[in-house]
Amino acid sequence: MTTLQPPAAAKPRKSRPPAQGDRRSWTGWGFIGPFVAVFALVFLAPIAYSIYLSLFRDQLIGGTQFVGFDNYQQALQDERFWDSLGRVSLFLAVQVPIMLFIGLLIALALDSGRLYGTDFFRITIFLPYAVPAVVATLMWGFMYGTKYGLVGDINSAFGVTLPDPLSSDLVLASIGNIVTWEFIGYNMLIFYSALKVIPNSLYEAAEIDGAGQFRVITAIKLPAIRGALVIATIFSIIGSFQLFNEPSILRPLARNAITTDFTPNFYTYSLSFNGQQHNYSAAVAIIMGLITMVIAYVVQLRGMRKGA
Amino acid sequence: MSSMSGTSSSATSASPSASVPATGTTKGVPRLRKRREHSAGRPKRSVLLTVLTGLILVYTVVPLIWLVISATKTQEGLADSSGLWFADDFALWSNIRDTFTYHDGIFVRWLLNTLLYVGLGAGGATFLAILGGYALAKFNFPGKRGVFAVVIGAVAVPGTALAVPTFLMFSKMGLTDTPWAVIIPSLVSPFGLYLMWVFATEAIPVELLEAARIDGAGEARTFFTVALPLLAPGIVTVLLFTTVATWNNYFLPLIMLKDPDWYPLTLGLDAWNNQAQTIGGDVIFNLVITGSLLTIVPLIAAFLLLQKYWQSGLAAGSVKE
Repeated sequence: MTTLQPPAAAKPRKSRPPAQGDRRSWTGWGFIGPFVAVFALVFLAPIAYSIYLSLFRDQLIGGTQFVGFDNYQQALQDERFWDSLGRVSLFLAVQVPIMLFIGLLIALALDSGRLYGTDFFRITIFLPYAVPAVVATLMWGFMYGTKYGLVGDINSAFGVTLPDPLSSDLVLASIGNIVTWEFIGYNMLIFYSALKVIPNSLYEAAEIDGAGQFRVITAIKLPAIRGALVIATIFSIIGSFQLFNEPSILRPLARNAITTDFTPNFYTYSLSFNGQQHNYSAAVAIIMGLITMVIAYVVQLRGMRKGA
Repeated sequence: MSSMSGTSSSATSASPSASVPATGTTKGVPRLRKRREHSAGRPKRSVLLTVLTGLILVYTVVPLIWLVISATKTQEGLADSSGLWFADDFALWSNIRDTFTYHDGIFVRWLLNTLLYVGLGAGGATFLAILGGYALAKFNFPGKRGVFAVVIGAVAVPGTALAVPTFLMFSKMGLTDTPWAVIIPSLVSPFGLYLMWVFATEAIPVELLEAARIDGAGEARTFFTVALPLLAPGIVTVLLFTTVATWNNYFLPLIMLKDPDWYPLTLGLDAWNNQAQTIGGDVIFNLVITGSLLTIVPLIAAFLLLQKYWQSGLAAGSVKE
């Protein structure tokens, strides 16, 4: 199982005498201690500080004051926040299924053993994962150019006028394309790794039953990698809600289409670093975090319950 | 699936469950034999399926080909020629030279910064993940469940939700605009911890640890001499993925660093690109493109060269039942 649970083998370790576990009880902390210490500094402390910040407000008169949940109330009525949330939700609803579906298809194709050059396909399609978001976005940004980019080349070669990928109507789709390009290979590899460890006995049983290729996929392969599918979905949801790098890097090329509140993250970033509204920004970030966690949790519950 | 502990990766037959060499160091391990042989023999290869998958391959490589070709063009060549074919003059070498020397060689400085952040950040993250994963896999200690729950829960917290408070905290500690502001947050990799945990659970037989302890080895010695060598493929995997995360990091340095002298490559390239977009700025798209190419070459090389290790490490991460 690939899920976010302790490895199964960790629990039923019968070979370990119970007395020993007790005797060594604190030894493990010697190994995990350093991780936990840094984790506390860069995860727990900022979360706590963020909650603290979100309860205050910087007033012109009277300085910083405790305001309770006022910032949250304001955020929930903030149209710019809801607009940005709507935008990433749309992104999530369209881009993530496309990306995961293509990644899954390729993984199944690779696993079927019916391709020429399986190794070559696997490694090449994975390569964009090693490309930084900055470079990926710069490349696609250049290629999107209607004058000098590939879009421009196509226009002049075929005498057509393709719509500008960086116009406000299309920019979200163009960003979706960049993200898809970056992560198809990564998701493909997660699925492929999970497919590879399916026990052969299952296939043999299917063969005895005379199951066809398609049946093998739906009855054996997909159920067997459900954990990987759930994990990839959760990571993609988190990634979509956190969308920042691509729009931020693309913005110089599309200043009118990409506003500073384009995504929730972009909005909190702008609030903090351009507007100095740290307290309000913290409240927005916490709301976003909560929404993300709830959705990720629901997906995990649903994904795991099915046929479990 | 219990094959991960097998040191004799049964190279004798096409036994499926030995698909992953437990330790990449074992001699005579067949090069990642990933095709299990169905009992009916090899499935027939399909031209149609290959062509269809080939379409995705084209989609994947076209931008990379564009990047390589564009890196051979001058600023004028970029504007005048088609994106997927070479311009009249081949300027790759002069572009590379210019990238390294522009602005007193600031690109070299960015490269060294990136190496520093990767060395300490990704290296440190991997080390902490190894220790932590080993502890979770092989020890019972109070609070173990709690540690797990908190770490996994934290994965779902958007990194950017942490960014602002982390920035304010670091700012009070006087750490912003120093390398530490980038390195310290990079030290924690929950994904790395999880992977090392799964890996250590499978790859280290408890009996070996017991034997070492009975021989009188201390815990540290047992770890370094017995456990560590068995974890090699997992370590390479985690190191590679934390390296990518650190090398490609953009958001964290963006908020933490003001001084261009401390920029990593990603931020530097972004700055060059922005400079070209501002009125009166020096337009150096050819250097942005060549710099981009130089930035991705080391990582792609690492992934290609270390394939065998990280693919087996990843497969171990998805071991089930």
